[in-house]
Amino acid sequence: MPASAVLDHAVEVTGLVKRYGGRAVVDGLDLVARPGAVTAVLGPNGAGKTTTIECCEGLRKPDGGAVRVLGLDPHEHAAQLRPRVGVMLQDGGLPTGVPAAQMLEHVARMYARPRSLDELTERLGLASFARTTVRRLSGGQRQRLALAAAVVGRPQVAFLDEPSAGMDPQSRHAVWELVRELRDEGVAVVLTTHLMDEAEDLADHVAVVDGGRVIAQGSVRELVSSSEDRTLRLDVAAGFDVAAATTALARPGTAPLVVTEVAPGSYTVVGAVEPTTVAALTAWLAERDVLVTRLTVGRRTLEDVFLDLTGRTLR
Amino acid sequence: MTTNHAGAASPRARVLAQTTFEARAILRNGEQLLVTVVVPVLALVGLVSVDALDVDTRGMSRIDFFTPGILALAVMTSSFTSQAIASAFDRRNGVLRLLSTTPLGRGGLLAGKVLGVLVVELVQVLVIGLTAFALGWRPSAVGVALSFVAVLLGTAAFTSLALLVAGTLRAEAVLAVANLALLLLAFAGGVIVPADRLPGALQHLAVLLPSGALGEAMRGAFQVGALPAWSVVVLVGWTAALGWGAARLFRWH
Repeated sequence: MPASAVLDHAVEVTGLVKRYGGRAVVDGLDLVARPGAVTAVLGPNGAGKTTTIECCEGLRKPDGGAVRVLGLDPHEHAAQLRPRVGVMLQDGGLPTGVPAAQMLEHVARMYARPRSLDELTERLGLASFARTTVRRLSGGQRQRLALAAAVVGRPQVAFLDEPSAGMDPQSRHAVWELVRELRDEGVAVVLTTHLMDEAEDLADHVAVVDGGRVIAQGSVRELVSSSEDRTLRLDVAAGFDVAAATTALARPGTAPLVVTEVAPGSYTVVGAVEPTTVAALTAWLAERDVLVTRLTVGRRTLEDVFLDLTGRTLR
Repeated sequence: MTTNHAGAASPRARVLAQTTFEARAILRNGEQLLVTVVVPVLALVGLVSVDALDVDTRGMSRIDFFTPGILALAVMTSSFTSQAIASAFDRRNGVLRLLSTTPLGRGGLLAGKVLGVLVVELVQVLVIGLTAFALGWRPSAVGVALSFVAVLLGTAAFTSLALLVAGTLRAEAVLAVANLALLLLAFAGGVIVPADRLPGALQHLAVLLPSGALGEAMRGAFQVGALPAWSVVVLVGWTAALGWGAARLFRWH
């Protein structure tokens, strides 16, 4: 396939716009995904992640912009793309009245040379519920079955919409292993998630989406080390005044440290955290008779970056 | 790109797989089986054997009089009620979207659904036909041949209606509408009771409905040995209108 051999981007989204009832849910979104890489689309609920993925899958028609999957238009060339693209929907989309194994066999029949069902069953631990009706499966079991259905056709591009939602740690581990293997086989994996650890552990490339646009993207390393900042995390028993702490930690001639309440009793201090900062902070708390129950200093995590970018207020 | 995708199975293999899947799903489901097979058989046995029902059968035996209408009812249960409900819930649960992203595609999905209904109808006709046969029904070869045409025309119209309803209303609403419509059409729509026996204006209305047209077509096939042209026109008209509507209005999400 000379066309795909030279293809640099398995997925290329340019200026995508999608409106529902006049309101733009996706508003000028750009995204690329490479073969042999995991691209995570990370964002809060309602950011436009699923709509973007559905435009790539050919399930929704963009109102503006361009989508190319393996160099083809998902609508115009749907028939050519279907055998080459694997899809795991957020709401599963599995027929509910049939046993799990039969459901997977059915999807496999749509392909000429599907993956070995025995191997997939083994890899994703499907055997224990093979004869259980899909309706009766737990959330994690359904997700594993849906992933099996998405990859049974050996896709070149796999779109996984929140693949770890509702999973126990064991299921999640099995899913992550399979995703890594797909990547190593050269598959372009595009997944949406709002789980930071998933993006951090799994993704080669992260696109942070909010309000229907990509507001930051790059490798996890690029995103978290965009500054020399460190994060001090602090849990205290009671009585911590953010404004007073900010003032207490201020040092003339240096950039102010940002003190934030993550949750009552739990705080972060972000910026140029030095050994003297820790000493000053604990001394200041001791003066006020506030007990520190936990204190760690580390690099910024993807979660810090994410919350900085998308805000901390609930919406 | 280093991966070799699995390639699509042939269109025939895909549609065949979907047909089998759809037919098995209906025949495995207890409620669906009740509506599509058990209810028509009970209705037939009841209408034929309960003497308290005083019906003018125009000189025919009761079994000859009622069997065509019961077969028409059976066609409606599988092509309309059962199909509408199954498709509506599949739509809500994302099944239609997921399957349409596999090599099956939307066209293959639709073809599989229609063929799945025809398989179920074959089972229905066999069970009802054999029951009727046991009760003394002896249809002519011409009648049987013509009834296949009537069943195909009726299936086309009612599947279009099922998809129109399933693709536009909420699943719970479809559940209510599909069952209610079946009940109303069965008794007042010229299916079991011939249109000309209905009270007042219903007589004229029923023959214009797809239910009445299918009922008359089945009775024409078995009782007269000819399909009434008017019924064929009505069924084709409904198929065109409902099919057009379904194609335009069906929402996959």
